[in-house]
Formats: sequence, C-alpha cells, structure tokens
Amino acid sequence: MKASFVLKNATLADGSKVDISVVGDRIKEIGSNLSADELVDCTGLIALPGFVDLHTHLREPGFEQSETVLTGTQAAAMGGFTAVHAMANTMPVADTAGVVEQVAALGKEAGYTDVYPIGAVTVGLEGKQMAELGAMANSKAKVRVFSDDGKCVHDPVLMRRALEYVKAFGGVIAQHAQEPRLTEGAQMNEGAVSAELGLTGWPAVAEESIIARDVLLAEHVDSRIHICHLSTAGSVDIIRWAKARGIKVTAEVTPHHLLLTDELARTYDSVYKVNPPLRTQKDVEALRAALIDGTIDIIATDHAPHPIEAKDCEWSAAAFGMLGLEIAASVAQEVLIESGKSSWKRLTEVLSLNPAEIGGDSEQGKAIQVGAIANIALINPVAKRKVVADTASKSKNSPYIGLELPGQVVHTIYRGFFTVKDGKLAKAGRN
Amino acid sequence: MKNLLSASELDRDAAIEILDIAEGMAEVNDREIKKLPTLRGKTVVNLFFEDSTRTRISFELAEKRLSADVINFTAKGSSVSKGESLKDTAQTLEAMGADAVVIRHPASGAAAVLANSGWIQGSIINAGDGTHEHPTQALLDAFTMRKRIHGANSKGKALDGVKVAIVGDILHSRVARSNLLLLRTLGAEIHFVAPPTLVPSNTQTMDAKFHYSLDETLRVEQPDVVMMLRIQTERMNASYFPTEREYARHWGFNAQRLSKLKESAILMHPGPMNRGLEIDAASADSKQSTVLEQVANGVSIRMAVLYTLLSGERNNNES
Repeated sequence: MKASFVLKNATLADGSKVDISVVGDRIKEIGSNLSADELVDCTGLIALPGFVDLHTHLREPGFEQSETVLTGTQAAAMGGFTAVHAMANTMPVADTAGVVEQVAALGKEAGYTDVYPIGAVTVGLEGKQMAELGAMANSKAKVRVFSDDGKCVHDPVLMRRALEYVKAFGGVIAQHAQEPRLTEGAQMNEGAVSAELGLTGWPAVAEESIIARDVLLAEHVDSRIHICHLSTAGSVDIIRWAKARGIKVTAEVTPHHLLLTDELARTYDSVYKVNPPLRTQKDVEALRAALIDGTIDIIATDHAPHPIEAKDCEWSAAAFGMLGLEIAASVAQEVLIESGKSSWKRLTEVLSLNPAEIGGDSEQGKAIQVGAIANIALINPVAKRKVVADTASKSKNSPYIGLELPGQVVHTIYRGFFTVKDGKLAKAGRN
Repeated sequence: MKNLLSASELDRDAAIEILDIAEGMAEVNDREIKKLPTLRGKTVVNLFFEDSTRTRISFELAEKRLSADVINFTAKGSSVSKGESLKDTAQTLEAMGADAVVIRHPASGAAAVLANSGWIQGSIINAGDGTHEHPTQALLDAFTMRKRIHGANSKGKALDGVKVAIVGDILHSRVARSNLLLLRTLGAEIHFVAPPTLVPSNTQTMDAKFHYSLDETLRVEQPDVVMMLRIQTERMNASYFPTEREYARHWGFNAQRLSKLKESAILMHPGPMNRGLEIDAASADSKQSTVLEQVANGVSIRMAVLYTLLSGERNNNES
C-alpha cells in the first residue's frame, strides 16, 4: 500500500533523524529516504507521540458559552494533543451513561482528538451518593477515570468505597484534593501575599491533608489513586513518601503551577484566579523537581475556559480557572528542556505515555514506532513565541498573554490526519 | 496623583502634604461659612456596595464643603448576587460624567479593579475594599495622632518614633493594613496585638511586631497610641475566640488598662464601637479617647484627599 504521506527528516526524542511514513491511520515505516506523494519537510522539528491531557474542561453540555467539545478539542490540537479527558462538571453532570456517551459522541463528531469522558464519582458532584460508575464504565464511552473535580470527594467512607468499587473494571479515582472546611471562601494561596491583599487564604494544608488521607486509604484497600493538580511542596513530599511505600498513586501538575506564583494576585486581575491557587516560588521549584525526578507522573492542563463576564469583575466574584491546552507543551519544554535538567524523553512521558497509561487509553501514548496509530506532535524547539490573546478556545482567560515561551507546535497528526498543519488548524476534523 | 487605592501609594512627602492640606481644611471647618469653591462643577459619586453610614456621610460632607456635586449610589450586594455588575455600574457612572468615584466594596481589590479596568476615567478613591485597605482612615488616624502630639505645630511633621499598638482583628482589618503602611512611612513603630487566630498565618512582609498579650504589650512597650479595632459580629461564631467575654477579658480595653497607659498616650477607635467588647464605656469616654476627634478629622482629611486628586487633575489638563 502506498504511503499517505511521509514526514521527512524528523528528529525523534532520542535525537535520531528519520523519515516516518503514514498510511491510513498507522505508522507504516520508519527509516530513511522514504517516499510518498505528499512529503512534509520536518527538518529541525521534533516528532513526539501526540499529547494526552488527563484533565480538560470542555464545558459541553451546559456551558457552551465557555467552550464546546469542538472548540476545546481544536485548542487541544493546536497544543499538540491527540486525546483529552473531559471533566465531569458539566450541566447536566457527567454522572450517567447517557451524558458520557453524549460527550464521547460529540468528540467523535468533532474529529480533532480522541475524547475520553471522565465520569463523576458522586451524583451531581454532591459528595453524597456514588454515581453509577459501572454503567459509565460499561457504556459506549468506556469510562475508566472518575473524578468530582472542582469538588473534593470529602467523605472518607465514600472515597474508600469508590476506590474499591472501580477495581471491578480497572478504573481510577482522580481526586481534587481540597478540604472544604479549611477553604471556605478561599480566594488565593494563604501566605504573605494574601495577608497583604486581604484575600481569604487557601492553605496548603487543605490540599496536603486530603492527599495524606487518600494515599493511606488507597494503601488500605490496595487501589490505584490519581491526584489532580498538585500545587504545594508539601504535597510533593507526601506523594514521594507514598510511592516509596509502594502505594499505587499517580500525580499530575498543571502548566500554571509550574510557571506562575501568587505574586501575580497583587494585580487583582482575576485571570490569575485558579483552584487550587497559584502558590509560592518555593512550591513551583518543588513541583518542577518532582516532575523531573518522577514523583509527579504527568502534566495535565486543567484547561478551564470561562466567558469574559466571569472574569471581568472584582476578584472574589470571578470564576476560578485558566486556559492551558495551547501552552502546555511550551511550559513543559521550559521546565524540562530549557532548564537543562531533563530530556525530550521525559517530556514524552509526562505529556503522552504516562497520562495515556493512567487513563487506560490503549490507542494513545505509544512511542513512535511501526504499526502504532499515527498520533504525532511535531514541535519546532528553537521557536520563541510571545503568547497572544488569539486562541482556538472559545474563551480568552489565558494568564500567559505577553509571556515569551519556548517551542511551537507546527503539525499535529491525529490518527493519520493533520489537525494542525504549519501551525494552522484544519478547517474540519477527521471524519 | 490620580487615584488613592492604597496607603502604600503615598511616600513620606505626599503623606505629609495631605496631612498639611487637611490642617487648612480643618480651619475651614471651624469657620462660620464652612465652604470652599474648589470643586465647583465637579461631580463626585459615592459608590457604596456595603453599608457604612459613617464613612459615606464623612465623604459626603467633605465633598459638599468643597462645593462638588454629590451623588450617592448605594448598591447592596455585588455581581456575586447577580444584581448589576461592578463593570456596568462603573460604565454607567462614566457615561454620566463622574469626575471621581469614592468606592466602598466588600471585595478586596474592588477599587483597584475599578481603577485599572478602563471602565471609568475619573479618579478612584478607596473608601474600604473588603479586608484589604481603607487609606483615608489611616490618613485621618495619622492626622489625629499628629495633632495630639504636636498640637498647633503639626504642619510639616511626621510621626517618627511614635509607638502605636493596634489591637484586635488584624487578619480581617483594612484599617490595620492601611495604618501599618502609612504609619511606617511616617516613621512610627507598629505593634499588632491580637489572639493568634486573628493574625495572618504568614506575616513575613508585614513590617510590625506581633504580640498576643495586651497587658504585656502595654507594660513592656509603653505605647504612645493604642488603637482598638472593631470585632465584626460574623467573627463571633466562627471559632476565632471562645466567647465575647473571654475576648473582652484578654483583648478589650477597659478602665484598668487605661490606668496603665502613660498620661500622654491616646486611645483610638475607628468606630463604630462595640462598647463592652473591644472597649468599655469608661475608656471610650475618657479624655485620652480620640474617637470623636477622629470623626471630625475624617472630614478634613477627605477634603484634603479630594482636593489633592481633583485639583491635580485640573492642573494636568491645563499643562
């Protein structure tokens, strides 16, 4: 069979330069001097397995003024992603087979990335009654990740039961670790800056105490647990301890917690308002070190679009959350590569291989090899770009505007189809 | 200077200048005809999202004595309760041609958001934003201290070496934050006295000494000024302290503590007072109490601030 196209002279994560031929949705051959009707010159570009986001808010159904499955996955494609996991806090909440199947179907229809719906752990995210996790797992959406993200599964008995129950179908609970009583009315990191600004503090202990409890619960019932958006140095210590003890815990960090600090709240610009909040430089450094040494397994964006009116107001009235899909790879490059402390191999793990493994995505997160599905992100590593407000997302709440970040996604190939080519989004998805 | 959002915006010279202008305004307030034509033709809006009759009428009086056209806009609740948003309110005032907006809002940073948003062109004066700042309160407190210490020779003076003990809910007090910034700029030394639950958990950037015991602070530090902060009712049932009685016993000011003050020391309270909780009647009505002077000085200070911001704008336009 003749190749659909050949990526000429691309650089793999290990530094080798190869041609990659793609036929249909598969990688047919990797070698040199490969030919096809369509040749794409990839000289100077790094070819990595398509990125997988374990933590995306696509907002549909219910909040289509912020984002839709279509626009969210378009933003994902622009960021080099070929799969996203859509969080459950929609309206209605993704707590039934019907809603998760709808989200999965919308993803398929859009055709920009795989969309794996995340199911709610509790009915309506209310933390009271377990949702029908089995029904969601057995639905066409085949849900494997469950989370009440935005809210913490706070009841320890319910958390224990959920951790146990999902073993029946190889699922995992992704916990949003936030002790609710310790964070009532919380607006930003509790520290020196909140003391000055008079904004109610969100103390690190509110995250760390839940993580400590939950790794112990996971150990007790011998279950797997995933911790969403680690934000403090103390959380890193607990995860490191838990892993050393053999507890089956995985952890994620967001791009913004790797780059930004609570000093930005001094502007009272609510684009910097996020949950968990931006922390201190000391926390940022601990999170970076943990990402490099493997304590933290993945980068997940917590891409949280909001319409202008949700942010164009006083800080305490503003919504929590910020965009992340289109800059995640650049932040990863900044932290792992530009720092000189890690490698493209590690970047591949944290943005693709590990999240796919945690999420159980069998057709994602595979090294670039013959026979694998052609999910490929091609990055120009020497590009420097100033982040602009223009985005494929329906919302504009990016805290990165004006910052210069390294690297640029040039092409994104999703199942053999260019969702992004030469930095331009395909007009239609893969159908 | 266009806005007054935080006491940190005032350097020593600017702060002393406002205090000196307020001396002149105080003289006006002693005249038979208490009025200046300074702001004739200017429109000042008092935009109050939070009940505060005292602060509002103090500003209103100051504005009227400077001959400004005054509009009071009281909007209870903010965009949180999905009434009209701060943005819509601001843009409405802009369309009506407000030259200055005096804003009181329950959200920390609301005045800063208004000033930086581009929604409104006029001057913004922060009349209290959440638990952040209340800069005109700090100015009137500094003015009151200076007047008591230096009397008729106050002009040009700062507060170098003055020991100020600020007692009570430091964590939630905009008065404490603004006073810390302004009084340090003027050279005073700040001692915060509070139960540990009402102190921010991280105070590393606060240029003050912290104490838990009021009695020990009075004995050891011999403060020149003791400022009692109001305990808000919503703190009383939130486990910050066991009971009102226990709070009053440890951190309330009373006749017995008054007797420990040096004779020249003064006792301040921003009002309104919870008599019997943070201050008892004997202290509040003592000769060392400056509570009513603070009220009178508040008008002079607000006149001085309005004059500084709005006549400055006039100068800028002419140049």
